[in-house]
This record gives sequence, structure tokens and C-alpha cells, in this order.
Amino acid sequence: MSILVDENTRLLVQGITGGEGTFHTRACIEYGTRVVAGVTPGKGGTLWENTVPVFNTVEQAVKETGANASIIFVPAPLAADAIFEAADAGLSPIVCITEGIPTFDMMAVCHYLRGRNTRLIGPNCPGVISPGKCKVGIMVAAAFKEGTVGVCSRSGTLTYEVAAMLTEIGIGQSTCVGIGGDPITGTTFVEALDLFQQDPATEAIVLIGEIGGTAEQEAAAFIKERVTKPVAAFIAGSAAPVGRRMGHAGAIVTGAAGRAEEKKKALAAVGVRIAESPAEIPAKIGR
Amino acid sequence: MKIYEYQAKILFAEFGIPVPRGRAAKTASEAREIAAELGGRVVLKAQVHAGGRGKAGGIKTAESPEGVAKVAAGMLGRRLVTHQTGPEGAPVDAILVEEALDTRRELYLSIIINSATGTPVIIASEAGGMEIEELAGESPEKIIRTCIDPGMLEFQPFMARRIAFSLSLEAEQIRPAIALISGLYRLFRARDCSLAEINPLVVTTDGRLLALDAKLDFDDNALYRQKDIAALRDTDQENPLEVDAKGKGIENYIKLDGDIGIVVNGAGLAMSVMDTLKLAGGSPANFLDIGTVNDPRRVVNAFRILSADPDVKSVLVNIFGGMARVDTIATGIVEAHKEMDIKSPVVVRLTGTNLAEGERILSESGLNLIRAKTFREAADKAVAAAAGNL
Repeated sequence: MSILVDENTRLLVQGITGGEGTFHTRACIEYGTRVVAGVTPGKGGTLWENTVPVFNTVEQAVKETGANASIIFVPAPLAADAIFEAADAGLSPIVCITEGIPTFDMMAVCHYLRGRNTRLIGPNCPGVISPGKCKVGIMVAAAFKEGTVGVCSRSGTLTYEVAAMLTEIGIGQSTCVGIGGDPITGTTFVEALDLFQQDPATEAIVLIGEIGGTAEQEAAAFIKERVTKPVAAFIAGSAAPVGRRMGHAGAIVTGAAGRAEEKKKALAAVGVRIAESPAEIPAKIGR
Repeated sequence: MKIYEYQAKILFAEFGIPVPRGRAAKTASEAREIAAELGGRVVLKAQVHAGGRGKAGGIKTAESPEGVAKVAAGMLGRRLVTHQTGPEGAPVDAILVEEALDTRRELYLSIIINSATGTPVIIASEAGGMEIEELAGESPEKIIRTCIDPGMLEFQPFMARRIAFSLSLEAEQIRPAIALISGLYRLFRARDCSLAEINPLVVTTDGRLLALDAKLDFDDNALYRQKDIAALRDTDQENPLEVDAKGKGIENYIKLDGDIGIVVNGAGLAMSVMDTLKLAGGSPANFLDIGTVNDPRRVVNAFRILSADPDVKSVLVNIFGGMARVDTIATGIVEAHKEMDIKSPVVVRLTGTNLAEGERILSESGLNLIRAKTFREAADKAVAAAAGNL
């Protein structure tokens, strides 16, 4: 098993006809993901690359193809609307790759999603991959291998790096979830940990956090209460200066809680094994 | 994005938040004119995008228009060094000249985004004047937090009432306080702010409530729909290397105080390269994320930025080829060496998509690069190279 996406995922691509949408849809199909529909308003009725039907609305695409999940590649000013549309049509998960969505838009989205059966992954994330089964994202497939370690991360490239290190020594992954680098994300570490804890195929969990916000402290509190599987963590940004935004919109230390040291302390206190460098993660998750 | 206090106060006034009388001056004679109009004692405040001005000598009072001209001449055209600017300081090209007020209370009021609740939160305290971080550490019980539920559609007056009454204001200040708090929230929401802070919010001896200071930061992601705010950006307050990097398509470059320049793809990966350099006993000269574009010019431009930084003693390139493939990065490294004289030793660690092709490009180039296989090995070699030991 795995979490969020697997062989039963029937994927819809919002923004399929754009440059990024086309590039990554090809890569997802190549990996084995079943892409059943695309949506680009105004291009309904056409076929993408002679294979995938394109629709004007998500509602219509779902009705005609039975799509059950979505990946979003639409530009930031239109992305919140795309998430609303996918949630309105009942898709889950919705994976939003788009970077640069205004914070107020995301607050409205997350408020709308509360109490609904829709799970949003991202935005500003690499997506989700259940190695060997399904890839709904932009990650480099070769870095991943089927196995029993669940990975959740706020960072894209760092996830590939860590997954590749695990893969190289034969440690495969059940699912890798990029929760995204924005201050407000659809899925938090707590929710990802909850899914991994409940997934029988996941035996151990890797958490890759970074400076800014309090998501890692909330994860620590949840681990203490509910997680029985071993967890290893790396927190990026120990060497980052205070008050500067380190690339990701959410990666900025504004208060003491946002510092890497505070996050490591909180996680170590609940038994999480802390890696001081990403290269130490394989040893911390250790076989 | 940050703006100046005087600009924030103009926005405050638009939203009905009372501020002291005054305006900004760019020359000493302008400052003198404003002081003459205001009459009486005035305060001169250096306009920089950083806090800590008071302790750094950036806020002064003057009794007469002549005194104002003298103080203004001493501030304008200089660089102000505060604990937030770094040793190089920030240029003072404008000063805010305001009426001096006699105050009897200093309060604190701000609005930020709380990522844990996914809502804005209003933070208020009776203990104004000091930094809120300090206050949170020393007396957290003096801080009142109110989350704004997005389901309320708009700000509800009861929340302002709750905050106003909890600040132990007198009866005559309650109504103005409610109007002020509501105005600050409307401004925060309408202009896509990420921070709105009034510290201190003062009660004058004659019982008026005013924003003595004003700080507004804006959500960079929303600037496309806040064009008049975006137009207020002043790159003179930013590090010139960082401004130059943005012009070269490298959005995520931050100058740091170490001596090892880094070129990385991905923000998280770039941060962990910095962390690993520290573990290896070194110190990064910058944060640099080339982004997820498969373009060798990004790499060339990254080298151009690092070459312009006199602090850089060695360069560490650490790339995980994904969207940006390894062969593209390798081509960029070779092109960079052709186009400029790179004096610092360059350590390269590549992995990911099209690795073999990338390796071939580098080895056929004949460049004298220091190669590393692992994360830690790359960091160790970059540290040794910066110290001249490689």
C-alpha cells in the first residue's frame, strides 16, 4: 500500500496544454500514472497529444472520465480558482504545483476546504509519488524506489536528494509527499504523519522540515501523541540568517520558534532521530 | 516587500488611522520648511527599511527650524547602521519631519499571518515601545492574540472591542481604538500585507490615540495586483549584489558573511548545503537557488554574481539534476569559465538526470575543477579550497 496516490488514481491535469503542464504530464504517463483528462478553458473538445481528452470545466471532465484526482499547473493569479474548481467537483487529492499564490488566496482556499473530504497537497510543491505505482508531480522518477519508508518534506530538490540517498542503499519508499514551501499549505506535516501512521505499508517515516513557522513543533506534538513508527528528521536552515526569506515564501525566521535549533529540539524531545545533514538521514532511518 | 514609515503613514491616513502631523523631506531646507509649517518642537526620523533606528541615532528632536535644518543635514546622505541593517548600514535619502507629541502611554498593535491557524492574527499589548519578540520572551501574559476567522467575511467590531477594552483604555479612547483597529485590518486585507505594525501606538497627554510609528510589509506573491504598492519598491535599501542578481534572473540570491559561494538548485537544498558547510567548519558567502529552469545561462549568471563578490574564496556547485538537467548545468559551468576569469577554485558535485552526459562535458572541457561525489565531501573540499588548502 501507500498513501494519497496509487494504481487506482485517475488523474486530471488542470493547465494540461501549457508548457509545464505538457512536459510533466508526459513524464507522469511515462511513469505509469493513468492520466484520464485535461482541463484548459476554451480548449474543450480537443485531444492533448492525440491521447488525453481536454475539457472546458473540471465538472465536465469528471462526469465524462471518472477522474478522481487533480494536478494543477495554472499560473499563480488563477491557481486559487483552479483549486476551488477541483474541490467543488469533489476531487481528492488535489496537487497544486504552482508557486507564488498570494497568501490571502490560500487562506480562503484552506477555509473552504475545512470540513470537506478533499485533500490539497501544496501549493509550491513537487507533488506526490508512490514509487512503482503512481507519480502525481514533477519529481525525478529515477530518485525513487518502491519500499516502506514514508517521506514528507517542505522542499522539492532536497526530497529528491534524500530519496536518492535512500534508494542508493536499497531503502525504498512507500510514498513521498512534498507538502510545499509556502507559509500556508493544504496538507500539514501533522496530516501527512497521520496518513503514514495509518498506512500498513509504511514502516518508518522521514520528515524534512525547514526554518520558519511552527509546522515542525506541531508535528512533534502529534508524534508524541499518535505516532508509533520510527521517525527521522532533517531541518534545513541552521546556517540561515534571521529575517531573510530563504527562497521559499515560508522559510523565514521571524521569531524564536522559527529557528532550526528550536525545531530540532522539539522533535528530538519526542524521540525523533535528528540528522544534522541530509546525508545522515539514511543512517538515522537505519537498517 | 518593505516600504518606508512615511509611505506607510500615508496608507494609514487613507484607512482612517490617526498619525502625527508631518511629512517627508529629501533636503535640509525642505525639512526646515515642514518644521516651520508644523511650528514648535519636531521629531526627525531617518527613513530606512530597518528597525532599531532610535538606538542608532536615527530619531532626533529639534526645537527650532534652524535646529531642524542642522539635524536634517547631519542625517541626509549618510548611511544609518542599526542592529537590523548589518555593518554596511542603509542609505538615508529621506527623513520624516513630524510634530513632537507628549505621550502618557505606549501600546503595541500588529497584524501578521499565523501559518498554524491559516488566518491573520491581531497582536496587541499594553507594553509598547519594546520589540515584541523581547516582550513575548519576558512577559507573554501581556500579549493578546486574536485570530480573524476567514468565515466572518469581514472584520467584526466585537473583535476590536475586545482588544480595545483589554488594553485598559479610558472611555474616551475606546471608540477611536475600535476605528483604528478596524482600519488597520481593512488596510492589511485590502493591500495584501504580510505585516502591519504600530509600535508604539500612543495615548497623548490630551487623550488622543495615534500611530507614532508605522511598519508595513507586503506579500511579494500579491504584488501583481497591488501595482501602486509595487511601485514603492526602493532598491537603494537592498544589497546591490542582490538587486543585480534579480536583474540577471536569479530571484533567490541572498548575500551572507562567509567566504564560500554556492550555486544550488532548490531552496531547501541550498539551505542544507549552507548547513553542511557550517558542519564542515566553513561559512557560506551567499544563498543562491538557480531555480527549476533548464537553462545554462542561469548557471553562467550565477557565476557572474559570485565573481562580483570579493568575499568569495571558493565556489561550491551542488546540483541535483531534475528539471535542470546535469548536462545543462555542466554546459553552464563550461560557458561561465569561457566568458569570465574565475579566480576562485570551483568544487562541483552533480547527480541526477543525464549525469553521464554532464560528466563527459566537464571532463572534455579540460577545466581544472575539484570534483566531489557526496554532499559532505563537496562541503569539506569547498572549505579546504577557501582556506587555500586544496
